[in-house]
Amino acid sequence: MDIDRPTDLDAALDALRQAPDATLLAGGTDLMVEINFGHKRPEHVIALRRVEELQELNGAVGAGVTWARLEAGPYRALAQAARTVGSPQIRAAGTLGGNLGTASPAGDGLPFLAALDAQIELISAAGARRLPWDEFLTGPKLTAIAPGELIHSVILPEEIPERQEFGKVGVRNAMVISAVMACVVRFDDGRTRVAVGSVGPTTLRARRAEEMISAEADPSPAALAEFQRLVAEEVRPITDHRSTEQYRRHAAGVIARRLLERCLR
Amino acid sequence: MTTTTGTRIRGGIGESVKRPDGIPKLTGNFAYASDLTADGMLWGATLRSPFARARLARLDTAPALAIPGVHAVLTQDDVPGRKTFGQITPDQPVLVDGEARFWGEPAAVVAADDPETARLAVAAIDVEWEELEPQVDMEEALANDEVFRYAPVRRGDQEATGPVVVEGFYEIGMQDQAPLGTEAGLAIPDGEGGVDLWVTSQWTHEDHDQIWRSLNLAPGQVRQHPAGIGGAFGAREDMSLHIHVCLLALRTGRPVKMVYNREESFPGHVHRHPARLWYRHIARDDGTLVRVEAKMILDGGAYMDTTPAVVGNAAYFAVGPYRVDSVLVDAYGVRTNNPPAGAMRGFGVVQACFAHESQMDRLAAALGMDPLELRKHNALATGDPMSTTGQIIETPLPTVDVIEQVAALPMPPALDTADPLRLPGGTGLTTTPEYVTRGVGYAVSIKNIAFSEAFDDFSEARVVLAPGGVEVHTAAVEVGQGMVTVLQQIARTALGVEQVAVIPTDTSEIGSAGSTSASRQTQMTGGAVLEAARAVREKALERGGGDDLTSEGVWLAGELVMSMDELCADGPIAHHARFRHPPTEEPDANGQGVLHADFAVAAHRAVVDVDAELGLVRVVQVDTAQDIGLALNPQSVRGQIEGGILQGVGLAVMEELIVERGIIRNASFTDYLLPTFLDAPDVEMVLIEEPSPWGPFGAKGIGEPPTISSTPAVAAAIRDATGLELNRVPIRPQDITGT
Amino acid sequence: MDIRFRLNGEDRAVDAGGTQSLLSLLRDGLGLPGSKNACEQGECGSCTVVMDGKAVCSCLVMAADADGADLTTVEGLANEDTLHAVQQAMLDGGGVQCGFCTPGFVVAAAHLFESHPSPSTDEIREALSGNICRCTGYGAILRSLEKLAGR
Repeated sequence: MDIDRPTDLDAALDALRQAPDATLLAGGTDLMVEINFGHKRPEHVIALRRVEELQELNGAVGAGVTWARLEAGPYRALAQAARTVGSPQIRAAGTLGGNLGTASPAGDGLPFLAALDAQIELISAAGARRLPWDEFLTGPKLTAIAPGELIHSVILPEEIPERQEFGKVGVRNAMVISAVMACVVRFDDGRTRVAVGSVGPTTLRARRAEEMISAEADPSPAALAEFQRLVAEEVRPITDHRSTEQYRRHAAGVIARRLLERCLR
Repeated sequence: MTTTTGTRIRGGIGESVKRPDGIPKLTGNFAYASDLTADGMLWGATLRSPFARARLARLDTAPALAIPGVHAVLTQDDVPGRKTFGQITPDQPVLVDGEARFWGEPAAVVAADDPETARLAVAAIDVEWEELEPQVDMEEALANDEVFRYAPVRRGDQEATGPVVVEGFYEIGMQDQAPLGTEAGLAIPDGEGGVDLWVTSQWTHEDHDQIWRSLNLAPGQVRQHPAGIGGAFGAREDMSLHIHVCLLALRTGRPVKMVYNREESFPGHVHRHPARLWYRHIARDDGTLVRVEAKMILDGGAYMDTTPAVVGNAAYFAVGPYRVDSVLVDAYGVRTNNPPAGAMRGFGVVQACFAHESQMDRLAAALGMDPLELRKHNALATGDPMSTTGQIIETPLPTVDVIEQVAALPMPPALDTADPLRLPGGTGLTTTPEYVTRGVGYAVSIKNIAFSEAFDDFSEARVVLAPGGVEVHTAAVEVGQGMVTVLQQIARTALGVEQVAVIPTDTSEIGSAGSTSASRQTQMTGGAVLEAARAVREKALERGGGDDLTSEGVWLAGELVMSMDELCADGPIAHHARFRHPPTEEPDANGQGVLHADFAVAAHRAVVDVDAELGLVRVVQVDTAQDIGLALNPQSVRGQIEGGILQGVGLAVMEELIVERGIIRNASFTDYLLPTFLDAPDVEMVLIEEPSPWGPFGAKGIGEPPTISSTPAVAAAIRDATGLELNRVPIRPQDITGT
Repeated sequence: MDIRFRLNGEDRAVDAGGTQSLLSLLRDGLGLPGSKNACEQGECGSCTVVMDGKAVCSCLVMAADADGADLTTVEGLANEDTLHAVQQAMLDGGGVQCGFCTPGFVVAAAHLFESHPSPSTDEIREALSGNICRCTGYGAILRSLEKLAGR
């Protein structure tokens, strides 16, 4: 195996230009599991944790920012999500960029990005491009990243509402992969967005629920119940060893409604 | 007979003596089986069946052998001796014999220069499987008469009836012991055709007796040594890689090490039996039990392992610690193509207790009676016959006491915080206090201690007194519970000498100590050490002509009359003891007889906070009163109880192997959820000390009761919070939400 | 390929050996078996080491990517005569049973106490929520560390 350990972005891009199919290694918390169990055997690895330019946390979130930093970071719901990622040890190593690169339907950082309509900045030796989150995530564990590219950062919109809440439903009280999770943000003018994870091939937005509740300046209990119902209707969960389709549908509605309640307080 | 010294010995019984293996474990220097190495060592790996049932159509080892660094690839054809193994009936092929009968069954083993090459070699074996339809439903298996054991109980008037009848169906999912250390072993050929094996085992002599047969060696040519063990809980009572690693070492003539990874470990050991249980309780209007009927099916999986003994335990403890004159039990252990089941902490009683305690709560509700009053009204006591077997209980059985004492413990304060760490869902921020309901539940259990049903249960120990101190030799396996500490304490107190070392001893040096299971080692090997130590003391006093013994020598009337050097001038003073508990009998055709050696009771109270809308639970506190005979080491007792309770909590709310078509879907620590620090309840306890008639200094085994009634107590608490029936554990979120 | 790092205060140059994890390198390559292999997917904490001031799972660090790192394993915490305060507290408090999780707990707790000399009960519980113990039910570990924290 060959490994490059670039310390700046130019060197990383140069390494990637020379080996466009190289495996990218950031915190290692996903990749090493695959390697440890013999499911992956990379020939060439580019290790990115030393690249200074990927560490930015100010307006944009660098791909190399760890969960531990996000947990103490400026974005409330992302910090809430970060606190639920794996264990403290995982959070010390794992990164938001890794969450995007792995593109698991259960990626804990993704609902926040989806709720804010974040863009993903990809960069290669040939230049940079930005993709909306839902064009970047193309399926379960599938992304639009091309050979020769790496995830540079997440670009958040200029207007970020203060009312933002994240919640994650799992059977264990720590270190658990979600049965369902959600992020709700609400702007001062009532515009509301809800993103839900682990209930579809990728993180998804419940747009009918958003539309309905955005029109309610001071949502009544009936409106909240309708919001819950619409979220549950819009998600597309499956049954697997972690939960059931029915429970996920139910819990998605409940957690979304509760997060909205918190936003309204 | 003088049994204790005049002055209280330091580090004797009753003190919270620190573990002798504590410092090595804390500094990383303790050698677990997986840490062992030898010069020229090869690494083993295993090819496993990808199906629950499949015909092995082709297995060609040549491509694997062609890889540089691969030294051996062995199949069932390479087993020189007995082709099968198994503790009770040797029904499991050493390697697949043409048909794999469970997912993950070993089909071939390889030895190579390093783990990576071994793994590549496994992948290179040319293998073709023809999948067959697996038998995975335990009721169908029973209908097909695939029965490992049928254990009936008929006691009393079979026509007895009464005015109040409650019926229930209960189900228990497949729990895994999930010890932190996976299966590991190192086999070293002795150059003369024999082999030395260091391996994770709970019972070295039983393993040894199976290994030499399969290797086609004389018993003395195989020596099994105790090795450092990272937890057991029953998972190591049956063998895993033992024979495989010996075969590879003997074939290659080099030391071979095997360590299962976590994915292999799950199918690589037996699990707790999943079970279905149907119950009918009949009572008079005042709550007096008239009759209990139970039918239970336990899924034994593909091979027998200890299923017959587990089924016996389920049957004979079907009623719980209650007095009832009319009993009918039909208990079955069935063969399926699910992962094999065997020993796990609680051993059949866990399944029965979940059902009988759920029934007692239902009966109390039907009677409009307080559930604890109902239990006390029917409580079994010393001198009573066991309701199932008719055996008169001779040991102290403080059933009423454990109930009253646990109920008297202070309750935790009401939920008074919005801190997510104290709420269901934890850091997931699912829940705020307005969505939380508190519930409280109780459960009571009775468990046998040591082996039952006429098993010739014994333990050997040799105590050797020399000027440098005392050595205690035993083949009893320390699995983490603290046995080595307790044996030291027993020897110190019995001898009056403080310098005591417990020496783990291989199969060629001493006879069996029996398994480290069934809550038995404190009583059994503790009993053997006590007997041997007392004999050594008597010999020393006789030789020295005195009335007391200390590390300095023999004393008479307060004067030192013979120094330790003089005392041992002709060599150390030694005694070898083989300790047996009071004999037990085979059950008769109705399950009657003196089947058990000793009993212990425990009661648990669980307090839970439930978010019913999301179906999430936080177990706030689990309190207990336990009948322990005597606390030889209070700190160890507390540790056993707290650890056992958390395993019971795990079964109640999260621990389950998800098996589909016989295949485990969550064979990892990502998806087989063990309780974390944030899932652990606070625990308050009362230790009830009424001496066992035959335990050392009156001590009773303590390991299993904490795991038994904690599960139904948590289930009862969740029922109390939600009003739901919840007849299955683990209780999943969807069981609470009804979605 | 050859890498250099500082391991328990000593500069080392070693062969990182392909894609293997730091855990494998420590255990099988460097004769330091104190870090335990129990799950290899970051779900148990038994292999916790401190790398550049952070407690991480060594099973999830590619050894080749540890080049230049400053590493402390459980073997680096105690000197020959004196236990680390966390080790002494867990010994006294009965926080050790089978011991397989113990090195991971020791390293993670030592790391916690380094940054928070007097953590609250809940801080201890959350900081150690990535370390699974199957034997103790966590009670004795908690009491040991609460005592060390002066609680």
